[in-house]
Amino acid sequence: MEKRKILEMRGITKTFPGVKALDDVTFDVTEGEIHCLVGENGAGKSTLMKVLSGVYPYGEYSGDIVFDGSVRKFRQVRDSERTGIAVIYQELALIPELSIYENIFLGHEIQNRGVVNWNETIKQAGEMLRKVGLEINPDIKIKDLGVGKQQLVEIAKALSRDVKLLVLDEPTAALNEDDSENLLELLKGLKTQGVTSVMITHKLKEVIHIADRVTVLRDGQTICTLDAHNGEVSESVLIKNMVGRSIDNVYPGRESTPSNEVVFEVSDWSAVDRILGHKVLDSVSLHVKKGEIVGLAGLMGAGRTEFARSIFGNPDHYLIDGHLVVKGEECLFGHPEDAIEKGVAYVSEDRKRNGLILIQDIKENITIANLRELKKGFVIDTNAEIIQAQGYRKALDIKTPSLEQKVNKLSGGNQQKVSLAKWLFVKPHVLILDEPTRGIDVGAKYEIYTLMNDLVAQGMSIIMISSELPEILGMSDRIYVVSEGKITGELPIGEATQENIMQLATN
Amino acid sequence: MAIKNLGTELRKHVRDYGMLIALFFIFIIFTITTNGIFISSRNISNLLNQTGYIAVLAVGMTLIIIIRHIDLSVGFLSGFLGAVAAIAMVFWHFPVFVVIPMVLVLGLLAGLITAYPVAKLGIPAFVASLAGWLIYRGALLLATLKTGTIIIPNKTFNAIGNGYVPDIFASDTFLPKTHKLTLVIGLIAIVFVIVNSIKTRKNKQSYGFQVLDKDIFVLQQIFIAVLLGLVTWVMSGYNGMSWTVAIVLVVVGVYSFVTKKTVLGRHIYAVGGNPEAAELSGINVSKITFIVFGSMGMLAGLSGLLFASRLQSATTTAGTLFELDAIAAAFIGGVSVAGGVGSVVGSLIGALVYTSLTSGMNLMGIDISSQYVVRGAVLAGAVIFDVATGKLGNK
Repeated sequence: MEKRKILEMRGITKTFPGVKALDDVTFDVTEGEIHCLVGENGAGKSTLMKVLSGVYPYGEYSGDIVFDGSVRKFRQVRDSERTGIAVIYQELALIPELSIYENIFLGHEIQNRGVVNWNETIKQAGEMLRKVGLEINPDIKIKDLGVGKQQLVEIAKALSRDVKLLVLDEPTAALNEDDSENLLELLKGLKTQGVTSVMITHKLKEVIHIADRVTVLRDGQTICTLDAHNGEVSESVLIKNMVGRSIDNVYPGRESTPSNEVVFEVSDWSAVDRILGHKVLDSVSLHVKKGEIVGLAGLMGAGRTEFARSIFGNPDHYLIDGHLVVKGEECLFGHPEDAIEKGVAYVSEDRKRNGLILIQDIKENITIANLRELKKGFVIDTNAEIIQAQGYRKALDIKTPSLEQKVNKLSGGNQQKVSLAKWLFVKPHVLILDEPTRGIDVGAKYEIYTLMNDLVAQGMSIIMISSELPEILGMSDRIYVVSEGKITGELPIGEATQENIMQLATN
Repeated sequence: MAIKNLGTELRKHVRDYGMLIALFFIFIIFTITTNGIFISSRNISNLLNQTGYIAVLAVGMTLIIIIRHIDLSVGFLSGFLGAVAAIAMVFWHFPVFVVIPMVLVLGLLAGLITAYPVAKLGIPAFVASLAGWLIYRGALLLATLKTGTIIIPNKTFNAIGNGYVPDIFASDTFLPKTHKLTLVIGLIAIVFVIVNSIKTRKNKQSYGFQVLDKDIFVLQQIFIAVLLGLVTWVMSGYNGMSWTVAIVLVVVGVYSFVTKKTVLGRHIYAVGGNPEAAELSGINVSKITFIVFGSMGMLAGLSGLLFASRLQSATTTAGTLFELDAIAAAFIGGVSVAGGVGSVVGSLIGALVYTSLTSGMNLMGIDISSQYVVRGAVLAGAVIFDVATGKLGNK
């Protein structure tokens, strides 16, 4: 018997300035199934779900969404919610200071002419909690719950709205094993009650455990949809489909080879988050040689960025234990200032949030980390500043009409180049690049890779954090894989494959 | 051709010149409505002296708002430190030249104390400085509890707020009614500004950098010269330059130099533009916070001295609402609430707009209640103008 399709997305294309995030994607969900959506970071999974939920409104994408029998044109999130689609994001949308029952009915309060019926609310909230297997007092404030229970409250909230399609974006990413197990069982239970779910996840074991069907996205395109009941789904099949792309020509070849001199070495490096109290890094040891590009692979949230920041002056104030040796000198940087002083630079993953000063112009952004060099007496030599900035603009081919252009008006690729220029002006020995090509187009990527090759040829050492496996494989001399705050493997480039990295990253 | 270029240049910088133009129109309107009394040398001189204690606060507040904070405590801090100065002179018989630096240092310390919870504990500046507002208000009342208003008999001290720079070129034959020293200072200032601009322009040209078109550059220089000339001429017509004006000019000059030309200034704007990026760029955000609040406290001390000197006494209500006037002046002068944008000179103009309104409306005999309404409308208008032109510029 052919079951009814509750959702069909046909020919969905969505472009951001300079990047095609979704390219003619087709995706359908059958009523009553659990459908997993998998793919590498940046493959377009979250974008697809944002199109579905109306975060990207009708008109910003092309293609059709057919939900529950009719074509839908969602202009905002409310529209999709009203038709019975509930999307639960990684960052939970609960209000910590409010109680469970207030959160569950937030936005659709049980009311009589504007006056909330709290008794009825509490009673119904209790029922919803029982449905998700949470036997606790609905009076409790959200902030007093663990992440696992918050996730369940979020689902209860969706159920209270008569949800027809539940979309979960990496629901288990922040959960421990027990909580994850719990959540998956709940989804299975809800399935028997007729709730259809779409789950985005990186954990392939979960996919195999729970999915009825799986759709794989790669580079914004639908690669395949596999049926678990036909035995089509296995870890190796999924990985092959997720990463199977040729990396020839995307990465410029490198002539130079690293020397044997170790310039950067970390041993038994652990970090504890003071506020959350949990260990973000656990006895990490690694080293980088002069002129080497070391890849730091792993999934998002594995602790790669935390590692970089804990080294680079520790702006998050983790409790740190371990040793760091830069150019033969034992160091502990109390502030990014100290790290810069010793020749360590960190290009952050989120250039808009903490990389650039968007309201300032290109030259001011390039020089901000090393104004000392431009000092003439008491003042900044603005002519020298223009000359320096002009040099980097040429070297990195930053496309702009003027150095006085505000950075927020540049494209992602050019912003990233400004960000790189800023750190090259510091003239570091060790450059830590955190997702150096995130959100930029192929052409700009190639330019950045070429630049990285030039830099190591000049004797700089690079640590490259990346979620894109092809990039890790295409650019690194050596690879460390991080998972849950630990180094789970070190691979010379000759032995590394996308499959074995993925294995190390997910275990 | 030149006119057309001028048009585009003006449009590009409409945000920078907007308030200057507004100030110009305010002057014209009041001059007409008061039959010229407003523009008289005597009134302008008074107006500038009245602006002094708000202007120095506005300068400090500008930096505070640039780094995304606020300081509500500075009004009563100013009043309290004025009272401390009075007590030190009248009851403790400290000489003036000890009292002035002492008050400035006390102000600096008070600013650093406000900065501590903000920079180190992450407490919002609004709350931290509101606590200061209450504390200094109480301290001012305590200090003046026994005596009430303290009259300051010291001539040297009172000259700060009421006196004028003596005319060393005084003459009964050549322009007997004008203050020649002021004219000379004005002339020197004009020559200095123009020579400096030409030098900067030549320097830039020698590097092959882009500079303003020659006609527009000349027009700009003429405009500046005429403006400075007019201000000088009007000032010299009534006792010349006051000590208050001299002090304000020095403060604005120093702060403008530091914010626009030095590494510290660049760091302040960077912290305001994006504190996280600044921190990761090796800028010590907490150090910058201490410096900016410290400078604010010191300027509150200066403001207290100016006000006490002007009234020749310390009163129980000195400093009331000064902080809000300073904040209003800074916003009128183009400082952005979102941080990272604003200039010291802009805030000085903002302060001038603010006191010009008061002075003009007083001369017109408009009662105080309507004055508040007008000032509020001007503040709202200025901020709306700023946001609107900002959006225009972003397109």
